[in-house]
Amino acid sequence: MAGDKKKIKLIADHISFEYDKSGANRHKALDDVSFVVNEGEFVGLIGHTGSGKSTLMQQLNALLKPDKGTIYYDGLDIYEKGYDRKELRRRVGLVFQYPEHQLFEDTVFNEVCFGPKNFGMDKKQSELSAYAAIKKVGLPDECFYHSPFDLSGGQKRRVAIASVLAVKPEILIMDEPTAGLDPKGREELMEMILSLKESEGLSIVLVSHSMEDVAKLADRIVVMDKGHIVYDDEPKKVFAHYKELEEMGLAAPEMMYVMQELKAAGFNVRTDVTDIEEAKEEILRIVT
Amino acid sequence: MLRDITLGQYYQTESKLHELDPRTKLVGTFVYLISLFVFTNAYVYIFAASFLLLCVLISHIPPTYMIKGMKPIIFLLVFTMVLNMLVTPGEVILTLWKLTITKEGVKQALYMGARLTLLVMGSNMMTLTTTPTRLTNGLERLMAPLKLIKVPVHEIAMMMSIALRFIPILMDETDRIMKAQLARGADFESGNLIKKAKSLVPVLVPLFISAFRRANDLAMAMEARCYHGGKGRTQMKPLKYRPRDFVAYLILILYLAGIILIGRYL
Repeated sequence: MAGDKKKIKLIADHISFEYDKSGANRHKALDDVSFVVNEGEFVGLIGHTGSGKSTLMQQLNALLKPDKGTIYYDGLDIYEKGYDRKELRRRVGLVFQYPEHQLFEDTVFNEVCFGPKNFGMDKKQSELSAYAAIKKVGLPDECFYHSPFDLSGGQKRRVAIASVLAVKPEILIMDEPTAGLDPKGREELMEMILSLKESEGLSIVLVSHSMEDVAKLADRIVVMDKGHIVYDDEPKKVFAHYKELEEMGLAAPEMMYVMQELKAAGFNVRTDVTDIEEAKEEILRIVT
Repeated sequence: MLRDITLGQYYQTESKLHELDPRTKLVGTFVYLISLFVFTNAYVYIFAASFLLLCVLISHIPPTYMIKGMKPIIFLLVFTMVLNMLVTPGEVILTLWKLTITKEGVKQALYMGARLTLLVMGSNMMTLTTTPTRLTNGLERLMAPLKLIKVPVHEIAMMMSIALRFIPILMDETDRIMKAQLARGADFESGNLIKKAKSLVPVLVPLFISAFRRANDLAMAMEARCYHGGKGRTQMKPLKYRPRDFVAYLILILYLAGIILIGRYL
């Protein structure tokens, strides 16, 4: 938890959005969605494919404009005349799914400098912040001047994440950052993300369809289904609705099921357990 | 961003026209397009337009959707019509500064406009009611006799269907890459032409890489399924003419007869 004095960074206020408004396959991707990101908070945004989570994500840094409703950043309406939306894109860093597919430069270092240069930093500043960003994502020194295309999948992804971090965002939004990585790469990346939150005080929004990914890390979980926000609460409270989650095609963390089974079998255990450590303690508590 | 292109897009619905064999529709469209060029006569165009209208009604495609498909050629249409109006010699009806509009010019412009409109709408009718796969399938079968003179018909058809299949995929990909670069502060709008062209590098490089990756994956997948070209290849749903196709051909012949009669004697 970010403490009691939470400061609101970003507000999405009753936004609706529709794709393909005049075409044959129009559909509402977002329907009256309200959503808040606090300073230094780790939010897990969860939903099944097509639930509108990626659409919502793109609304937050003005890549898509809502049909209805508006978005406030630091108390300012981002669609007000004269608002600098490019600066907003710097402050709200967005890492798309498979971000390694956006790489294009000849060296890793130039790749990471692309963002800072675009946002008007001079050469020296860009290089310094690129250097810091590459360090932060844990890439080894020797790959600075390698072509990004020669790196492994996991490393490419780190380069892409570094290229967003280099512009010094205040909120970092990531769409399925662990998709397609092996378990080891997954774990390393999640650790890196957590360390970013702790060392930088960054607010993080992690978009995912997997509960396991976010259960441990998130301060708050937002569940989306068919363009609506269904739950917006602390992880344990959200997981208490595990039956409803299942109906939406989402699953609660595995340990919850174990505990539910135990309870059904007559053991008096808590059922709001999310990870294996907690489960161990709880089981030990009742057997001893 | 790039999603407003309807030219050559399939419109999913159920109708008699959708069910027709793609070969029937290909031949029909071909005959229709030619019929527009054989006679230059107002009655012929009225007849052709009503035939098209009938097709639209049968196809269950909303007329507004048909009109939207005209958008890409609106500039060409206006340009041709204005040019025809100005350069055709004949009886002068209006003089503006150095430009003269003639009676023949207006007539010519109207004919050209009607011809172009019907041409594009007619071919859109076919692509709107036929999936790209069925279309290339039909084309392959129609061109089959060319195999005798060693034309690689199957390969051409396969290349066409792959190209068609990849257009929407690459368009989505472009959209996604552009957004990702926008999020990294790229600017595609401001600056002069050279700066704008340069700003496309961060889009084009990843796009090409992704196209090559996809092509590679596809080749591998085809190889894994033992694809080796058209020889001895059978189809899951072979094209077969049904009674409704013969009815369609009959209507087509009647249409052709009508056009010739009207063109000759009116």
